[in-house]
Amino acid sequence: MKKEEIKANTQKIYHFPRVRKRTENWQGKETVVEPVAAKDTVPKFQGLKLKYPVYTKHKSILIEAGIVGAIALITIFLIPPLLTVVGQAFRVGLLGRFLALAIVALGIDLIWGYTGMLSLGHGVFFALGGYALAMHLQLAPLEPGRLPEFMGLYGVHELPWFWQPFYSFPLTIIGIIIIPALLAALLGYLVFRNRIRGVYFSILTQAATIVFFNFFNGQQKLFNGTNGLTNYKTFLGLEVNAPQTQFLFYALTIILLALTYGFCRWLTTGRFGRLLVAIRDDESRVRFSGYNPTGFKVLVFAISAGLAGIAGALYTVQTGLISPKAMDIAFSIEMVIWVAVGGRATLIGAIIGAILVNFARSLLSEQFPEIWLFFQGALFLIVVMLLPDGLVGWWRSQAVNQIRRLLGIKQQVTYPSLETDPEVQQEREELTGKLGTGD
Amino acid sequence: MNAKILEIDNVTVSFGGFKALKGLNFNLDQGELRVVIGPNGAGKTTFLDVISGKTKPTEGEVYFKGRNIQSFAEHEIARLGIGRKFQTPRVYLNLTPRENLELACNRNKNVFATLLRANSSDEYRTVTGLLETIGLSSKANVSAGLLSHGEKQRLEIGMLVAQSPDLLLVDEPAAGLTDEETYNVGELLLALAESHSIIVIEHDMEFVRQIANNKVTVLHQGSVLCEGNIEEVQNDPQVIEVYLGKQEEEIETKEIITEEEEKIALLEITKEEKMSVSEIIEKKIAVSEITEKEKKIEEV
Amino acid sequence: MVEFLNVIFSGISIGSVLLIAALGLAVVFGLMGVINMAHGELIMLGAYTTFVVQNVFKGLGSPLSETYIILAIPMAFLVTALVGLLLEKGVVRFLYGRPLETLLATWGVSLILQQFVRSVNWVLVIGITLFCLLFFGAWWVVSRRPDFDRIRNLFFTIMLPLSAAISAVVGVVLAQTYKLAVTQPWFGAQNVNVTAPKWLQGGLNIGDLRLPYTRLFIIFLTILCVAGIYYFFQRTAWGLRIRAVTQNRSMSSCLGIPTQKVDALTFALGSGLAGVAGCAISLLGSVGPNTGQNYIVDTFMVVVVGGVGKLVGSIVAALAIGTVSYIIGSNALAPLLSPIPPLADFFGFFATTSMAKVMVFALIIVFLQVRPAGLFPQKGRTVDA
Repeated sequence: MKKEEIKANTQKIYHFPRVRKRTENWQGKETVVEPVAAKDTVPKFQGLKLKYPVYTKHKSILIEAGIVGAIALITIFLIPPLLTVVGQAFRVGLLGRFLALAIVALGIDLIWGYTGMLSLGHGVFFALGGYALAMHLQLAPLEPGRLPEFMGLYGVHELPWFWQPFYSFPLTIIGIIIIPALLAALLGYLVFRNRIRGVYFSILTQAATIVFFNFFNGQQKLFNGTNGLTNYKTFLGLEVNAPQTQFLFYALTIILLALTYGFCRWLTTGRFGRLLVAIRDDESRVRFSGYNPTGFKVLVFAISAGLAGIAGALYTVQTGLISPKAMDIAFSIEMVIWVAVGGRATLIGAIIGAILVNFARSLLSEQFPEIWLFFQGALFLIVVMLLPDGLVGWWRSQAVNQIRRLLGIKQQVTYPSLETDPEVQQEREELTGKLGTGD
Repeated sequence: MNAKILEIDNVTVSFGGFKALKGLNFNLDQGELRVVIGPNGAGKTTFLDVISGKTKPTEGEVYFKGRNIQSFAEHEIARLGIGRKFQTPRVYLNLTPRENLELACNRNKNVFATLLRANSSDEYRTVTGLLETIGLSSKANVSAGLLSHGEKQRLEIGMLVAQSPDLLLVDEPAAGLTDEETYNVGELLLALAESHSIIVIEHDMEFVRQIANNKVTVLHQGSVLCEGNIEEVQNDPQVIEVYLGKQEEEIETKEIITEEEEKIALLEITKEEKMSVSEIIEKKIAVSEITEKEKKIEEV
Repeated sequence: MVEFLNVIFSGISIGSVLLIAALGLAVVFGLMGVINMAHGELIMLGAYTTFVVQNVFKGLGSPLSETYIILAIPMAFLVTALVGLLLEKGVVRFLYGRPLETLLATWGVSLILQQFVRSVNWVLVIGITLFCLLFFGAWWVVSRRPDFDRIRNLFFTIMLPLSAAISAVVGVVLAQTYKLAVTQPWFGAQNVNVTAPKWLQGGLNIGDLRLPYTRLFIIFLTILCVAGIYYFFQRTAWGLRIRAVTQNRSMSSCLGIPTQKVDALTFALGSGLAGVAGCAISLLGSVGPNTGQNYIVDTFMVVVVGGVGKLVGSIVAALAIGTVSYIIGSNALAPLLSPIPPLADFFGFFATTSMAKVMVFALIIVFLQVRPAGLFPQKGRTVDA
């Protein structure tokens, strides 16, 4: 095609809406460039369309919050009696622990599913949260001046300085979240600042896991080494191991899980969430758009670590033990597989994955303890090779078709090109929209 | 206003001995559209890298609006008002065009502002207007991964505009487009040039003629060979030697059939170095670029 | 002076263990960009191979049994290279360009290998062999049919459970008839011991310094491996091909280099080196199913600090990390620091092997602030920012 022909064929003349610019010029004065052609380029966009999506958005949020609340209430009040009736009362305790683990899974989903950073060190943050609460539980029942039991065994006569704040309950609660978050922020800042990412980040977090494991394992005097902190007695005047208290923890876990879900939902649906996805897809492009990815990554990594801390505390108080084993490399990677099984970048997937895998684990290791590692290994392979989007992703994209095929139901023939063509869709929407609003 | 928006002063970039840029001097007036051409390996992309902060100059300084930007990181330079479009369109594939534009359009790019501040209706309107301009209104809410190559190119240009920079760096915007799309992109750039300063890097001479109504700069081996309007450049004996003439004369095309006997690669080798592929391997000659070309129907 | 020599020797000694363990990783991760979390388990397999070879040689009587190590090294190389090849063909091949997925998948493989070593017995081996024969045999037969693509799904849904069931039944029947003779694990969960041959026991005395022969042997073996790899990459045709593929895959493919074969070969080579490393570390102490876990992080650190893609980086990094860990772990600086009590206390706090790791990690993080791409980064224009 010759240039003239093309020119004749193209009727499109480009009028750019001059974006309002507010830049400093080099004399330091601020110049405002007014948009020139902005008015005539946006004729279509008024009234109806601006309000319509906002309205539906609010409604769907309310519906979702309702569903989450309902599920939470059912899990708190219906599941325990049901399990007791079936004679599986001990599973209530397990469920509580697994729901605590689901909170870490949400945190991992934030950084891995949305931001693309695979942390293999969340065990550290989990354990730090657990230790923070455990230290309070050790100190709380003591008379003033006494030391936790294990310290006497190792000849410690004075409470180490960093144990002091954990006398106070509010400080402990803050510590559970802040200590892991600050550590993550520091580590994250040092790593992301230098644009270390991808597998290098994973390797470094894994190394951090080993380092903290060694540290807590080696310091008998400070943390009771391998044995960890256990034998909790009272908590805010309540008997820790009493069934009522444990039920309280169970309910608290569910409430916190629901809140975490809401929080993550808020983080990921807005512009912040889209920026996280942008960082995952193309980090350097984000930089050229004028964002500094380091800050975003540090923040989201710290949030994720804080969530792990909460989960660790809830888990600790329900199992009655925190030890350096929680900083095991294997445990940290296992957390990742929960998210992978459920489905990356879907929050509900992270929760489902955590619960499913852990129940599978407890069932399998009750029956055949040897098989569990084989099963877990196979799980890693299957999820990565065959089910890359996890269960939720599979359900959303392929399940209907595959199940239909299995059942032998023939699919209705349609015009798929029409169904997927966005221009046709838009026309259809406009037509129905007009009819629907009664114009 | 004829102030210089960009001044590059004696910039050298070396990668472990190899100098991609050698003592490069370059000036750009406010509001100018400048086309930069040059043969392969002339340092064109490195030139953009230096301006946008991706590569730091080994020697020399870069001034943008009179400010030395050497110590600034990419995002700081972007916030100062330099926008860059990459050779292959780089848009966020898992976001929709609307979301892509909203991210670029966001005025305050701090972490907490991005997290907490709501989208203003002003931005919403700008984005909608932009979507219309780049012709993607109907696809505003499908994921950008489903767009065609040309649509992605347009989307990326839209993102650039949304960023509202003062200086646009555009790297081979016509690569991989049809003639018609190329022409459209050219018109788009000309429209943009009314309110922005632009540097365009391009190979396609037809396209260069379309948009180069001002000066053209020829880069060769990392420094400026000549500068002037398109006629001057095309008639400059030096340019003809290194770029236009010599290249056409001395390039030999070879066909190699790969193991699978499916792909056919064309390897360009200058006459002095005419040799078989096995010789290339034996002599360990570094091959700078490989382009895959499809056989045209007429040739088959 | 003796102190100083001791530090040097111990540093080199620890460094050489690190290096030989990291060498395979430097090839696989450095050249192919594949992250192999099962690398530690390959080392472990190498150690177990050494154990098996040693036991076989024990039956041969005294003079011959002292030479088992000579055969154990190539055997360990072969066994792990074969496992590596299987791993590449079965898993890693499908995941090129997706490093995080590779990481998870190979972690899964490492879990399976750990448990395999713990519970491997005749029933398991026979069962697996039978399954492979049935399933892949049937596959081979059916894939000849022209309409294979059509019946592919059917084939999988029938043959996979069928062959699994047959091998399971055979396994159960075997276990019922022969009882413990076939169900007894070969190695079990306990650690096994490889005793160094007599000529490697003892040590060389230089003044007050005692250099154990096993350590010297490992240093020698490491040097041999490094030299071998260097020769292979720089002087052989396949080495050249591997380097070509790492630099520009599509170009190499256009020039007729079989890139898939190159990938498989590189991976097998890296895995084989892990086997040799396993053979070496089996001389240092008992080995168990978890042995690999102890090495995986250290080896990755070596590669990251050294800079990916450069062998010389790994060498320097291994020696540096080895020396630093020894200095911190043994508190070798104590005499120098004793005039300044707080500093001496500080270093005293880290003066155990495991606490030294804490300090070394901190130092690595600090180091990466200065050189994010490692000691010897690859130069030139990067494709991606």
